[in-house]
Amino acid sequence: MQVLILFLVLAVLTVIGFRLGRSRSVKLVGGDVARLHSLPGYYGFYVALWCGIPALLLVLAWVSLEGPVLTRLILSAVSPELLLDPNGGPISQAHLNLLVNDLRNIASGTVASTANPLVQAAGLQLASYREISFGAMTVVALALALGGAGLALRWVHADFRARNSVEKVIKTFMVLCSLMAILTTVGIILSLLFESYRFFARVPMTEFLFGLQWSPQMAMRADQVGSSGAFGAVPLFAGTLLISLIAMIVAVPVGLLAAIYMAEYAPRKVRSIVKPLLEILAGIPTVVYGFFAALTVAPFFRDSGQLFGLNISSESALAAGVVMGIMIIPYVSSITDDVVTAVPNAMREGSYGLGATKSETIRRVVFPAALPGIVGGVLLAVSRAIGETMIVVMAAGLSANLTANPFEAVTTVTVQVVTLLVGDQEFDSPKTLAAFALGLVLFVVTLALNIVALHVVRKYREQYE
Amino acid sequence: MPEAMETQMTAGTPLLSDTSAVKVAARDVNVFYGEKHAIKGVNLDIKQNEVTAFIGPSGCGKSTFLRSINRMNDTIDICRVTGSIALDGGNVYDRSIDVVQLRARVGMVFQKPNPFPKSIYENVAYGPRIHGLCRHKDELDEVVMGSLERAGLLNEVKDRLDQPGTGLSGGQQQRLCIARAIAVNPEVILMDEPCSALDPIATAKIEELIDELRENFTIVIVTHSMQQAARVSQRTAFFHLGTLIECSDTEQVFTNPIHKLTQGYITGRFG
Repeated sequence: MQVLILFLVLAVLTVIGFRLGRSRSVKLVGGDVARLHSLPGYYGFYVALWCGIPALLLVLAWVSLEGPVLTRLILSAVSPELLLDPNGGPISQAHLNLLVNDLRNIASGTVASTANPLVQAAGLQLASYREISFGAMTVVALALALGGAGLALRWVHADFRARNSVEKVIKTFMVLCSLMAILTTVGIILSLLFESYRFFARVPMTEFLFGLQWSPQMAMRADQVGSSGAFGAVPLFAGTLLISLIAMIVAVPVGLLAAIYMAEYAPRKVRSIVKPLLEILAGIPTVVYGFFAALTVAPFFRDSGQLFGLNISSESALAAGVVMGIMIIPYVSSITDDVVTAVPNAMREGSYGLGATKSETIRRVVFPAALPGIVGGVLLAVSRAIGETMIVVMAAGLSANLTANPFEAVTTVTVQVVTLLVGDQEFDSPKTLAAFALGLVLFVVTLALNIVALHVVRKYREQYE
Repeated sequence: MPEAMETQMTAGTPLLSDTSAVKVAARDVNVFYGEKHAIKGVNLDIKQNEVTAFIGPSGCGKSTFLRSINRMNDTIDICRVTGSIALDGGNVYDRSIDVVQLRARVGMVFQKPNPFPKSIYENVAYGPRIHGLCRHKDELDEVVMGSLERAGLLNEVKDRLDQPGTGLSGGQQQRLCIARAIAVNPEVILMDEPCSALDPIATAKIEELIDELRENFTIVIVTHSMQQAARVSQRTAFFHLGTLIECSDTEQVFTNPIHKLTQGYITGRFG
């Protein structure tokens, strides 16, 4: 709360700095703004930046460092008996953390009192440390803000290049923003790698990648039966591939033909209605597809299977795959539509001019010209299918069957990741760590697919631009 | 009689007295783009085995008229054509006419060279293939080689027929497009500013080629360059704002134009 007020004060100072810088620049040239190197606003921004940024950085650094420093201070100040356990040795790390937590709570006033008066006293002391720290921070931050603004104001001259400086700062800010996205990705990858490494320290990588048995239950007690834990992920890979394959069998032809119809045949009116409708499919939450698959499609397949004497599981790969295919249609069709309309009209005219019919033109000229782009789009759709979770969680099974029969229940990598992590789990058993290993495999596969797909799409674009 | 009236509007000799030499006869042709009246009552005869040039300022409708001869305007939804354009006496806008067969008889070369993203060989073989002109591979080879030869391109590309046509230079690409057009063995070839994207040397080659092709084909060329019209054509038609202003022998049009507008245009006073 107090920090918030400080931020507010800094903001007000920054605005004042802007005004001062602006008016000073105008005054310097006696109102003849044309004599200034930059527009007056840039001088204002320049002063405002010098006023706000150093102070802001200081506050952020202070706030993030304050906690650990104060904790160390208070621990060196508390009576030493608090840090000893009953046997006389130093207390364990867990107990220390507990103590620090207590102290913090007392200092913030969330806990009124504890049984131990020593702890109580130390907590109050921490509170006073905090007050001192905040006071110091306020003084230093305000001094920095005023000092920065004052310095910047002195630097303002008619031929001072304020615009260039301001633009440099803005550019730096944008670089930081883009770095943030990259760093987050790197962080995720690293955590995946580390946790997978821990997993592979317990389960050999060859067993994980090539084992045919998946049953990740671990024994909680030594005498438990039937929970040995087997981490052969091949059935999961096979299940993922089977469902993705079914999805692509549905999505690719439908998406392709829909896109070709819309790009080449549909009258403008039809196109303007059908295209947004098809794109709505992409906006349906996958969870909706999920219960559509589980409650409507799967029973339908099971019942119609019975009519033909087929035994179709109610969690069949077929149902999940078909619904996933429907979900992916818009991806295939919108990318295909883009690349087909990107084929220059001159190609079509050239073909028509030779007496080709519309279908000959599409088959022999437009489609081959658009093929690389279409392949790229399909690859993107495949990586989407492999990574899709919600539909398979709801409609595919949990048992890891190694089968190519679409009527049976199979499970996928994503489903297993979800089941491994749902509920209360220890985070150091191979069971939970296996989720990271599966995630890593998924990540590597989709990344490779995306890279290939983007490369193909880009190569195609170069051809015509 | 409206037809006679329209005819009188055009100076020179748009209609030929020797009807046996007429390849294409346009009568009272009007073209509309939605509300816009792009071509207004054009009457024109195009003579067999001659080069007829269409000249005129930008937007005067010369390309539109050219594209209505092989019904390329059909691909534009809002375009409507009235009147008749007769190819060897048969109206191309007649209901019985199959536009695919029409375009096989009336080939077209476009402003920007537009080879397909296929090999040089496949580019030329495209037309014969879709029309089923050749029964054997040997026959197709012969047609492809012959067409490239007639387009004056064979010597430059005979070692790399399997390479993409898009890899050729602009002038070579345009000659490839001409080879592609003549591979179908059309009777008329329409050329829509075929040299506007080319440098002077490539232009000279194409002009030379047009002059040779005249022996076997009837050629209609739209051009912005009056020198080009004067060099390659036997007859010249001058369009202005959708109307055919004047049409005569090329020499006549350039040395002794009848209409004031023609005179102004060819002397460079406007356009």
